Amino acid sequence: MNNKKLIITGLVIFLIIVLFPFWYMRGKAAPAPEPVLTPKAQAAQACVRSTEYMRSEHMLLLDVWRDSVVRDGNRIYVNPQGKEFNMSLSNTCLDCHSNKAEFCDRCHNYASVRPYCWSCHIDNPKEKT
Amino acid sequence: MDSSRRRILQLLGVSALALTTRPVFNAFAKEEVAAEAESVIKAGAKSLKAKQWAMVIDTRKFKSEADLEPLIEACHKIHNVPRLQNKRHEIKWIWGVHYHNAFPGKAAQFLAEKVEQRPFLVLCNHCENPPCVRACPTKATFKRESDGIVFMDFHRCIGCRFCMAACPFGARSFNFRDPRPFIAETNKEFPTRMKGVVEKCNFCAERLALGQLPACVEISKGALAFGDLYNPKSDVRKLIRTNYTIRRKQTLGTEPSVYYIV
Repeated sequence: MNNKKLIITGLVIFLIIVLFPFWYMRGKAAPAPEPVLTPKAQAAQACVRSTEYMRSEHMLLLDVWRDSVVRDGNRIYVNPQGKEFNMSLSNTCLDCHSNKAEFCDRCHNYASVRPYCWSCHIDNPKEKT
Repeated sequence: MDSSRRRILQLLGVSALALTTRPVFNAFAKEEVAAEAESVIKAGAKSLKAKQWAMVIDTRKFKSEADLEPLIEACHKIHNVPRLQNKRHEIKWIWGVHYHNAFPGKAAQFLAEKVEQRPFLVLCNHCENPPCVRACPTKATFKRESDGIVFMDFHRCIGCRFCMAACPFGARSFNFRDPRPFIAETNKEFPTRMKGVVEKCNFCAERLALGQLPACVEISKGALAFGDLYNPKSDVRKLIRTNYTIRRKQTLGTEPSVYYIV
């Protein structure tokens, strides 16, 4: 190795630059968001499925709901507890979760996902404008 | 490595045994899932069902455009159809036209005065052989097996407008602009559309699911009838049996499901 000094210095600088964001932001990770439930959602106690299921699978659930309602015309969802729900984002989900900014957006922003549900489905069916 | 014939045979045997473990594990895994109760999807108890929904429009009961207005208003209001002043941007689910526009080729040089002046209510014909469905590259529009409605999945529409070119009735409109600012009064229970999506009449599928007739039929005071085309006892079949009816551009072979009593 002829240019030992040069190479080692270069490597050190490279590593510092690459790792800079890690040590600069160390311990400053944004805390996991806590979605706020509306009084109505709190009163209902349980969602369509368990909280854990909804947290991880709600997008899949909505996908299945949409295909069923649109393609087959079947609009009633019976959850494992035997409770029936109208499969509607506008009228069932957003009826309880009528606080988009504090509920939906918090996690979506945190996870940096931008679903475009609300470009058609109106945020809050109950709120009269 | 020393690989005698015996050694290789032993290895083959063990491998074969290993291959059988996966199905066994799967079987166990399946049982676990089955133990947890499954969710079920079904149709609503009150939902109306048909093989092919159809409509009969008694045009004799409409004297002027003003008679159509409440029907159009009712439809456009519940479906959040925007009202755009620019004719080229207009969104229509149901509207009125003259006889020679509704039935081109059927209009003779001279016509009965009452027919010539009468407004004809037109909407998506929910054809039994829909050309728009064949044109759609994403299956965003499709012929619904369960009730014969030519339905749209707005989520899937990419706005290519092939369906608009394919539809011989001009029943489809394209959202050239974001429709939201142009909706006077939004119905919060029905979604709006977004820019770049095609839309059209859906035969009020959301109302049929609740056991209600389409909004235009409900408000028409008997001028419109709605029912199953393949049920001989349905209202529409009774009317078709007892009246002379015509359909729009029948020669094209799309088999429209909207019949007109002239």
